Amino acid sequence: MTAAIRPSISACPACVAAPGAQALAEQGLHKDARIALSLPTIHCSACISTVERSLAAVPGVKSARVNLTLKRATIEAEAGVTPDQLVTLLQQTGYEAHELDAGTLSLTQNDKVGRDLLMRMAVSGFAMMNVMLLSVAVWSGATDATRDLFHWISAAIALPTLAFSGVPFYKSAWSALRVRRSNMDVPIVTALLLAVVASIWETALSGHHAYFDAAVALVFFLLTGRYLDHRTRAIARSAAQELSALEVPRATALRDGAEVVMPVADLRIGDLILVRPGGRMPVDGVITEGRSEIDRSLLTGETLPVFAEPGRPVSAGEVNLTGPLTIRATAVGRETSLHRMADLVAIAESGRSRYTSLADSTAKYYTPGVLFLSVASFIGWYLYSADMRTALNIAAAVLIITCPCALGLAVPAVTTAASGKLFRRGMLIKDATALERLAKVDTVVFDKTGTLTAGTPELVNLSDHSPRDLAIALALAEGSSHPLSVSLAAAARAAGIAPAPITELTEVPGYGTKGLWQGQPVRLGRASWTGAVPGAETAAWLAIGTETPRAFTFTDRLRPGAAEAVRNLMAKGIRVLLISGDSAAVVEALARRLGIPEWLAESLPAEKAARITALQDEGRHVLMVGDGLNDTAALTAANVSISPASALDAARVASDIVLLGSDLSPIADAVTTAQSAVRRIRENFNIATLYNVIAVPIAIAGFATPLVAALAMSSSSITVALNAIRLK
Amino acid sequence: MEVLSYLIPISLLLGGVGLVAFIYTVRTNQYDDPEGDARRILNDDWDDHPKP
Repeated sequence: MTAAIRPSISACPACVAAPGAQALAEQGLHKDARIALSLPTIHCSACISTVERSLAAVPGVKSARVNLTLKRATIEAEAGVTPDQLVTLLQQTGYEAHELDAGTLSLTQNDKVGRDLLMRMAVSGFAMMNVMLLSVAVWSGATDATRDLFHWISAAIALPTLAFSGVPFYKSAWSALRVRRSNMDVPIVTALLLAVVASIWETALSGHHAYFDAAVALVFFLLTGRYLDHRTRAIARSAAQELSALEVPRATALRDGAEVVMPVADLRIGDLILVRPGGRMPVDGVITEGRSEIDRSLLTGETLPVFAEPGRPVSAGEVNLTGPLTIRATAVGRETSLHRMADLVAIAESGRSRYTSLADSTAKYYTPGVLFLSVASFIGWYLYSADMRTALNIAAAVLIITCPCALGLAVPAVTTAASGKLFRRGMLIKDATALERLAKVDTVVFDKTGTLTAGTPELVNLSDHSPRDLAIALALAEGSSHPLSVSLAAAARAAGIAPAPITELTEVPGYGTKGLWQGQPVRLGRASWTGAVPGAETAAWLAIGTETPRAFTFTDRLRPGAAEAVRNLMAKGIRVLLISGDSAAVVEALARRLGIPEWLAESLPAEKAARITALQDEGRHVLMVGDGLNDTAALTAANVSISPASALDAARVASDIVLLGSDLSPIADAVTTAQSAVRRIRENFNIATLYNVIAVPIAIAGFATPLVAALAMSSSSITVALNAIRLK
Repeated sequence: MEVLSYLIPISLLLGGVGLVAFIYTVRTNQYDDPEGDARRILNDDWDDHPKP
């Protein structure tokens, strides 16, 4: 059903990234800047006016408009106004604000396909109302010249309407026929053409029955289904793109000794780039200056940060943790390892491309059946009555009545209801058939780092340390923004510890923090730096003077709802696996903690995908939940995939469903909702079939009038829509 | 039945006016922010004088 509009709306990572950066570059030249801000917390009319008023008060801002539906503000401003300035301003007013990459967003702003469908739907809707008015007059007994006049006026309205509004169906049917295939649109177009020809013929001979109203109503109902379908996905897509737009592709490069902020797309090989702590590497490169630690978890799934020093290569996508780094770019843009890995995804055979949607598989039997019935009744009546006109009329009636009006609504009405429901629970359904595929899932594969765990460390052995040690560790930890230090400081503060007085507190990027306590040197940091022997666990070591260093061990914090999601899935009889790129000890510990029986550690990206293919070969329907670049191949290979909003862009693009919140518990509910949605879709197909079983014999027997056709069509469509709303 | 010669053009015209109005609203992006527009009507910013 949706084949016609699918190609134009498919999103790919590269086409999102490249034109976005281009648009940003063009903006630099343009005098006026267009700034887009995401405002996740606005919710009321007072918020709208406060935000608009405070933005408009900024000198240089020409206009500011809030869109409450998208929770977004668009600002037209002179070139001097920077997004950072506006974000700070709004934060002072009390609204959370994030800059959005205008280039990435502009792709969704003009939803041409949606607007086109809406326009065609509106035209057919207005035409349907007018033609119906005239038809009601005919049904209630207009005769002779009046009836002919009404039929001619109906024709005058219906013909241009069908020519305009039916275009999506004509295109889709033609593209199917051209490759000698058939789809749901073929009988639709045949019905429309036959109805028009038969009706004009009847009208010219002052006949009793004309099907102009039925033809226009058919187009209207089908376009409604298509528009619903498109709109559901347009909303999900724009929300998904907003996630991508939150990562503004900009980097700070050193050119001729000066710091220049420029779009990532403009970076060249050999450029020196500054990466601040907390920043992500924009390109592949080699460190030339600075020491720090690097978090590679999004690329490899390892939780332990890696030490970074000059001469060490880094890959795009890694996160710099402690000290500022300067890197020399060795590969930029599409050549980076990040992009090469994303390209792997395109090569991996996609689980979804092998999937035939319920609507398509129904159409496979439906289309030939309908055409056969219609042709058979034409031949039958022609042989019986030897009257071409009667035969054609009845064939048209059969086609109009069987036409999949309710079938056209059966799927989109349900998916709209289900997607809306899941959206309110924080899930974005990006792909049209994702719900159908999710309903079949019997195996769930989880990634560890960043998916089941939040990627933030949690101190485990606080009680093993004396208050004196804790006070020193707290004082040292507060001198650093390293994730381990932050977590240690938070845990110690929560336990009511006050920091010990420490002098000469300094952070040594990549190693730790050191200072003087009561004249003794104290250090908190890496094992080798504090004179300890490193263990398998994530740990920060505290060295006081010449005493033996003590370890503060950390575990990765569970993502909220992770335990619940795993428990609920297993309670539903679904097989749960944990596959991670991290070391065996850590993976096993987590699997025990969550009660996951099957786990696999130290998996390379290709091994993850291979394991999923192996499961599929056993006849399993696999749901993959992952967030990292090392998961993208697995996400693509799985039958259906989910990624959290914190995932890397490439992973989000590769997955069918994006979790907006940090909570994982909706996953189990989503499976339930998907199963009940598929049940509703099947019910809708049955309802549509039932109508046909009743109406088709009437049509073939020659008793069908345009009134019967109109009644059958409207009542089946309404029943189907009501059944969809029943979804809980 | 002469009344038809008035009524039919009138009904067509009214339908046409509705359609043109709808096309105008689509062209001017009036369906971009249904939620915000529903709230803006409660906003008393420009009650006393029109927006300059």
